[in-house]
Amino acid sequence: MAASPVLPKLVGQRVKRREDPRLIQGRGTYVDDVKIAGMQHLAFKRSDIAHGRIRSVDTSGAEAVDGVEAVFTGAQIAEFLGPMPIGTPFPSPDHRAVASDVVRYVGEPVAVVVARDRYAARDAADAISVEYDPLPAVVDPEKALTGEPAVLHADFPNNAAVGPLPSGTGASPKAVDDTAIDQAFAEADVVVSQRMVNHRLAPTSIEPRGVVAHYEPGKDAMTIWSSTQNPHILRTFIASLTGLGQDQVRAIAPEVGGGFGSKINIYGEEYVAAALSRRLGLPLKWVEDRSEAFLCTIHGRDIVAYVDLAARRDGTVLGLRMRLVADIGAYNMLLTAAIPTLTMTMASNVYAIPAIRATLTEVFTNKTPTDAYRGAGRPEAIYFVERAMDLLARELGMDPAEVRRRNFIRPDQFPFKTQTGAVYDSGDYAKALDRALEKAGWEQLKAERDAARAEGRLVGLGLSMYVEVCGVGPSSGLPTGGWEHSQVTVERDGRVSATTGASPHGQGNETTFAQMLADQLGIPMEHVRIHHGDTGVVKQGIGTFGSRSQAVGGAALHLAGGRVKAKMAKFAAALLEAHEGDLVFENGMIAVKGAPSSAKSFAEVAGYAYRPIKLPEGLEPGLSEEAFFEPSNNTYPFGCHIAMLEIDRDTGEPRLLRMVAVDDAGNLINPLIVEGQIHGGLAQGIGQALIEEVAYSDDGQPLTGSFMDYAIPRASDFPRFELESTVTPTPVNPLGAKGVGEAGTIGSTPCIVSAAVDALSGFGVRHVDMMLRPERLWRVIHGANGSPQGGQA
Amino acid sequence: MKVPVRITVNGRLIEREVEPRLLLVHFLRVFVELTGTKVGCDTSQCGSCTVLIDGVSAKSCTTLAVQADGASVTTVEGLADGEKLHPLQESFWNKHGLQCGFCTPGMILASHELLRTNPSPSDEEIRHGLEGNICRCTGYQNIVRAVKDAAGAAAGADQ
Repeated sequence: MAASPVLPKLVGQRVKRREDPRLIQGRGTYVDDVKIAGMQHLAFKRSDIAHGRIRSVDTSGAEAVDGVEAVFTGAQIAEFLGPMPIGTPFPSPDHRAVASDVVRYVGEPVAVVVARDRYAARDAADAISVEYDPLPAVVDPEKALTGEPAVLHADFPNNAAVGPLPSGTGASPKAVDDTAIDQAFAEADVVVSQRMVNHRLAPTSIEPRGVVAHYEPGKDAMTIWSSTQNPHILRTFIASLTGLGQDQVRAIAPEVGGGFGSKINIYGEEYVAAALSRRLGLPLKWVEDRSEAFLCTIHGRDIVAYVDLAARRDGTVLGLRMRLVADIGAYNMLLTAAIPTLTMTMASNVYAIPAIRATLTEVFTNKTPTDAYRGAGRPEAIYFVERAMDLLARELGMDPAEVRRRNFIRPDQFPFKTQTGAVYDSGDYAKALDRALEKAGWEQLKAERDAARAEGRLVGLGLSMYVEVCGVGPSSGLPTGGWEHSQVTVERDGRVSATTGASPHGQGNETTFAQMLADQLGIPMEHVRIHHGDTGVVKQGIGTFGSRSQAVGGAALHLAGGRVKAKMAKFAAALLEAHEGDLVFENGMIAVKGAPSSAKSFAEVAGYAYRPIKLPEGLEPGLSEEAFFEPSNNTYPFGCHIAMLEIDRDTGEPRLLRMVAVDDAGNLINPLIVEGQIHGGLAQGIGQALIEEVAYSDDGQPLTGSFMDYAIPRASDFPRFELESTVTPTPVNPLGAKGVGEAGTIGSTPCIVSAAVDALSGFGVRHVDMMLRPERLWRVIHGANGSPQGGQA
Repeated sequence: MKVPVRITVNGRLIEREVEPRLLLVHFLRVFVELTGTKVGCDTSQCGSCTVLIDGVSAKSCTTLAVQADGASVTTVEGLADGEKLHPLQESFWNKHGLQCGFCTPGMILASHELLRTNPSPSDEEIRHGLEGNICRCTGYQNIVRAVKDAAGAAAGADQ
């Protein structure tokens, strides 16, 4: 007897993405591809100075441009659009989508044009004339805390937006007992101290932001398409600010061309498009150009840290002090104030540090606001701690791997509560370290490095350990709630439609989630469709950020799938006259365990559920179940990254020779997609270390306003990444998956910088701040004035 | 003042009156309604707008439509042979050479140019050959694999 064809189990397999066929043929619909009859275009007039009082706005030139429908100044917009809301509990100054009195960063909108096409809109915006009384620009965040050279917001004297906060606290600082930390430093054999800068970056999704707002007066309803990571949150805020109910707003995230945290925010342009569409009764489109993206999409990082690490001579860390000053730019955006608090939270990294004192001050400056950028607060923490561990290793003359190993939280210590209040779910840090050392050939690499040095080459090695907080997160930690939602419907024909609130922007959820449901229900993956990104279809959701789509969204899908399966089993049990507990779902059949001839096809049972001629007792017709999954905790993925780097002695140019990454994201659904996430994360983390930096002049003018000035890594900047994974499941969700989106960005940056410092160790250097600009490294090699062999970075 | 242009796009002759300043990418996206070609920057750095003009790659965000008058333009929509994907499209799919997909049309067409001028490139040559195109999602590793794979497939087909 021929065996029935067996459907392969898909979870854990390298399944090709089902998103790709449309994307490789140019058939995806991104927001700029949306077209509606009668649609008009917006363009913004933006401030070209960093700080100043608006004296006058003359829009007559714009109104004269052919094709212009309307022009609004900030003052006019303020008549019908309130201040921009934020999503954190911290105090916040008034922030308008379009400024009416004072501008506080280059790029801040001061007027908006509505016109027939984008060429006319741009012409008109350029024809608006604005006069300012300039104010001094606040650029240096540490100097800004003295109130010099100016105060941005009158209610925030000395420009202190938040803090100083002690560790483990949110909006309400409480007194901190410093006895333990003082004792740790008193008992220490060795203390290493260093000021470090984790500099400002631009997230730079290749698809710029964009929005189409379409208010239909006849329906009294708004549809808004946006390049967003979280359409449900967008809907909530758009409804609130335009005076509509959430039932009247439908938010759609079409194909989204990358986000990296920057598309969590609800931006002023989105509020303006929605409010003007409602006011004018016209569909309106706005799409950012690249220079606007550099000026007006949030930036990331930008934290100065003063770190002191106290240890015994044997390498045991006794205490850590970390004083943070975060430059958050001109205003609070959605999560701005909360991001640097994550740097405090993660200050223990993978180590059992018995005493930690972290403090944080956030500062307003005349720059673009910061907010979540891939990693969001964790890369900063890991960078500061890992650089400090390297300084300690160097001070003690220990192998950087060894000093780390001595301080690991052990596997039997989980769940582990750190001194900063994080509760780590699970981990095996020594395993990740060992795999990385083996994969890289650590001892061999050291020999190669030493041999290269003997030839006069400047080669260095760097190693970093990281743990991050993912699967964001319990509702206590997010103003929107931290759950995720899914609904799974078995249709009449046995096909499956499922929704997820985890709205993807390149993560491949349509594939991974279909893999999971196909396995769970024993049907072909081709029979499963995943719907997302449309609040008209997906009833509820939070979104994709904080590496949460699998750990939280996947878990919600799994719960909803389990519920529909349980109901379907009841229908099948009635049809088969069997006990529902004896049924197995596989190969598109629902069969009685041990009696494969007693079976019904999945489709037949589905059809019966929608026309149950004899409705089983206690059942309603139909097969559609939903679930909200609320995680009990965050997840804490971890890993070890190793870099080998060479610096050209004559030019100072660094070149990455090897990049080894061992990451533990818990259970993996699709390793192909996971590797892609790690590749991309590594590229951004390496980019920060080597070439990316948002820079401002002393008068607050951005110096990096295009791809000609802001260096985004190209293919030729990287060696082939060498990946491996360990698997330590999380107990926090039923899948055991931890999340992986941010891992590469967090682990890679510190090991690159440590490798550069190692390469320069012959010049007496302990630390070099990022980015590793050739000029900066050349000065270390040749001395500040070009004399050989001098200089401290 | 508008001027007439005649541009063959993916084999179809398009005749329009356009402003002389109209960019080719907007001609394609707005006038021909082929939105596969993307705009990722304003300075011809990112390469998302890459198309083929008479078979040779060009960045359509810094080409005027009038400059393409009389030419034949191929966009990502014109690459497949009916239902049969181009080998580069196949290999980008097979090797997970894309995530968000926004740079992908330009990346595939830039790869097309690379293989036209160097049918069997090394990894290093691929990495340098794609320097005019930015991807923020993939770290390029799987793009390099995809191009290598497509080169292999083309070489195999030639034998």
